[in-house]
Amino acid sequence: MAAFIVRRIGEGLATILVVALIAFALFRYVGDPVMSIAGPDATQSDRDELREQLGLNDAVPVQFIRFVAHAAQGDFGFSYRSARPVSGLLAERLPATIELVAVGATLSLLLGTGLGIVVALKRKSALARSILTVSLFGVCLPTFVNGIVLIYLFSVTLHWLPSFGRGEVVPVGGWTTGLATWSGLRSLIMPGITLALFQLAMLIRLVSSEMTDVMQTDFIRFCRARGLRRGSILFRHGLRNAMMPVVTVVGLNIGSVIAFSAITETVFQWPGMSLLFIDSVRFGDIPVMAAYLVLVATVFVLINLTVDILYFFIDPRLRLAPATAAAQGPANG
Amino acid sequence: MTVTGALFSNADGIMLHVPPITPPPPVLSVDGLRVELPGRAGPVFPVRGISFDIAAGETLGVVGESGAGKSMTGAAVLGLIDPGGKVSGEIRLNGERIDALPEAAMRDIRGKRIGAIFQDPMTALDPLFTIGDQLVETILTHQQIGLAQALGKAEELLASVGLPEPRQRLSSYPHQMSGGMRQRVVIAMALANDPDLVIADEPTTALDVSIQAQIIALLRKLSRERKTSVMLVTHDMGVIAEVADRVAVMYGGRIVEMGAVADVLRSPRHPYTRGLIESIPRLGQRKPRLYQIEGAMPSLDAMPAGCAFHPRCANAIERCLEPGPALELAGSSLAACWRADDPTLAQLKVDVPPGASQSRYIVEDTRPLVEVEAVSQHFSLAGSITGSWFQRLTGKPHSGVIKAVDTVSFAIARGETFALVGESGCGKSTLARAIVGLQRPTMGRVLFAGDDVAKAGAQRRFQMIFQDPYSSLNPRWRVADIIAEPIRTHGLDAGKGVRRRVDDLLAKVGLTGRDGDRYPHEFSGGQRQRISIARALAGEPEFIVCDEPTSALDVSVQAQILNLLKDLQFEFGLTLLFISHNLAVVRHMADRLAVMRNGRIVETGTADSIFTQPADPYTRQLFDAVPDIELALARADADHVIEIAAKP
Repeated sequence: MAAFIVRRIGEGLATILVVALIAFALFRYVGDPVMSIAGPDATQSDRDELREQLGLNDAVPVQFIRFVAHAAQGDFGFSYRSARPVSGLLAERLPATIELVAVGATLSLLLGTGLGIVVALKRKSALARSILTVSLFGVCLPTFVNGIVLIYLFSVTLHWLPSFGRGEVVPVGGWTTGLATWSGLRSLIMPGITLALFQLAMLIRLVSSEMTDVMQTDFIRFCRARGLRRGSILFRHGLRNAMMPVVTVVGLNIGSVIAFSAITETVFQWPGMSLLFIDSVRFGDIPVMAAYLVLVATVFVLINLTVDILYFFIDPRLRLAPATAAAQGPANG
Repeated sequence: MTVTGALFSNADGIMLHVPPITPPPPVLSVDGLRVELPGRAGPVFPVRGISFDIAAGETLGVVGESGAGKSMTGAAVLGLIDPGGKVSGEIRLNGERIDALPEAAMRDIRGKRIGAIFQDPMTALDPLFTIGDQLVETILTHQQIGLAQALGKAEELLASVGLPEPRQRLSSYPHQMSGGMRQRVVIAMALANDPDLVIADEPTTALDVSIQAQIIALLRKLSRERKTSVMLVTHDMGVIAEVADRVAVMYGGRIVEMGAVADVLRSPRHPYTRGLIESIPRLGQRKPRLYQIEGAMPSLDAMPAGCAFHPRCANAIERCLEPGPALELAGSSLAACWRADDPTLAQLKVDVPPGASQSRYIVEDTRPLVEVEAVSQHFSLAGSITGSWFQRLTGKPHSGVIKAVDTVSFAIARGETFALVGESGCGKSTLARAIVGLQRPTMGRVLFAGDDVAKAGAQRRFQMIFQDPYSSLNPRWRVADIIAEPIRTHGLDAGKGVRRRVDDLLAKVGLTGRDGDRYPHEFSGGQRQRISIARALAGEPEFIVCDEPTSALDVSVQAQILNLLKDLQFEFGLTLLFISHNLAVVRHMADRLAVMRNGRIVETGTADSIFTQPADPYTRQLFDAVPDIELALARADADHVIEIAAKP
């Protein structure tokens, strides 16, 4: 297991390095940073000085190593737009995005699993059919439409929920949380649901098809033949086996949730990283864009690593594999 | 014997055999059981009115081919028919009706008063929980005892089914155990709450011969010691002969014959039972041909009127189309046949096609066709983490190498049938792949008519027939295209000639030209295997490798395929390499054989000498493990004599 995790960490580092290279290429080849910083009115000697100062006259590999070395220490330079350290800007925005993504992912996982089980068990019932139909809207309608419809309904018409922003936030150490105040929680509801909706339909379908398959296996039949109680068969034996592929897909999908959070954050003017990213794209603020890319890649890698480690806890066949894997021969890797 | 204490009644509820003394109440009593399932074109009836009893401590074997309704009967007794299915008739457990119980009450019976054992131990246990977890769960569901007590009982159970180190085994996961061990665990779970009845559905079918023998012995021992009644569902007459007291033969959803095992197996009354028993290859004798029942088990949506067997029956009369017949006393057992008592019934004849000699095809050329020279096939565990690192660091493979085939040599003469025999994992299929050049051997070489198989472009001259007729034919291709492929690939014919050849081949394997326009899924397993054979013949090969060609087929269909292979071998002068784990089939087919174990050949020689005087202890062990009807019946007679002698 240790060797496996070490290998996965190695692969993850390689992934991050490749993304860093792309981010670095943004600097190098998308516009001239000197022009962006110094502005069109600067003299040639000012520009040369700045160029020297920024180390742009060094060899490209040297620049890249310097970029990586700085990035590793959390230093992504200064934002062109606000002239503040990029790391500070991101750190400010990070909690908002993390909380939104966490709420969105948890909502979709809970709802997706629950509704998926209902669909699996009552496949032909009206309830199951309506769940499947309604959840289809979640996929068919773009995220921004869902968001706007929610805003129209609950903010504009009913005045129940705030239409934008994070509400009141409370600082906890270096973190600001909206989970501790009433207005913060209320503000989370609609963006959370909007973000959850887009993968809910997929999750319902995945969970219900996995669950249906598992419920037809021999060992579930054997559970029934042993006279086990329905709850035990469904949740202890059925769901746990059905969740194996779901964990993988959810892990992979959290990445897309982060990506989709860009749209949700825009619709709800959610002060998160993705909104910062969208703004920086508009202003050509390359250091922020580069830092965002590297950060998102790192989150991806961390989540996938977590999923891999989770596997070991869920599936004993992986945990205790070596002895039997050897006995099963060449097909196993 | 317990048989005399049992009650028999037919579908009308008329008592047919009144026991001499007050009988113990039957543990299980099934009366007029019908199972209805929704089908595509209206409801189908996999079980059509069957009645039987199982007395205390008795083992009833329910035998039949696939589609006979035997597993469905077991599921109905357990109340495990899938939703949508309907069960009618009466099922009584110790005299109490259980067929109309609500689910909650049925749940209390399942696992407590009726235990179940399933076919495949590899899939019967939840992979995510330890053996101990699952056993304790079964115990605590039905008994109000503490966890510590339940754990103690679980350990006791594992010990009673013969698992070594039961305490340690409690914390093992299913994947850490072999198939045989898992089946012992499944049996322990079935017995966990001391049930009155155990329903065992094909409990040994998925196991290797020697493990099968152990499980059979265990079942027999447990049913004797615990006085548990057993309903043993199987397709294997040999297993019935070894374990059961009485047997019920099912066909087309009905019991066609029922009685004491020795009576039914020695003097079967129903034409189906007689044909079935005759069509089983035997270890003790080699017949030139097997008796074959034409056709196949009718499908559920096309059940013939009257006796379901009449379309396949050589002795059918007009009356056989009428409803019925009921199970009635014929000789010492019960049979559902109008002519069960008719002494004029034609003796079973083995039809020999005109022109077919019963001896081997004689080939003048005495040089061997296939020579296997010191072939080894190694697989490194390079895929595993430790294996690959070790290999990278040291540059050589270490213990992480599996010698699937280890220095094997033999030669196959022209026109003979050479068999490779062994249990699963012994390397026989890997060796076959190397022989036909699908995989280059790690060491050694294979010569075909003197040429190295790995180099020569002689693929056309050998063909292969695979085990699973369901996955070895491309489901998107018409049968004619499947068979035409080798003809086109090897340029044997073109244009209209191709289809002419295909039609000829279809006729040779007992199908018609019209079948060529259909798709594989429209055929039964036996017919698909005929298509595979036609495809193999299409390349005009001299040599065919048959890898377990009949192990996925029913006994009566197996006889058809084995006879067909022999006929074709004679007609075309083919050389066959026959790979099987079924020793009786090998006895029937092979001229010479090699017994494999752990990648090596332990014994090789002519079939006659090895089967009559096996030299290697492993070969002897294999032969002893085969559940053979004759041997089992002889043993039962001997036991009986001893029992009688022991009585005061």
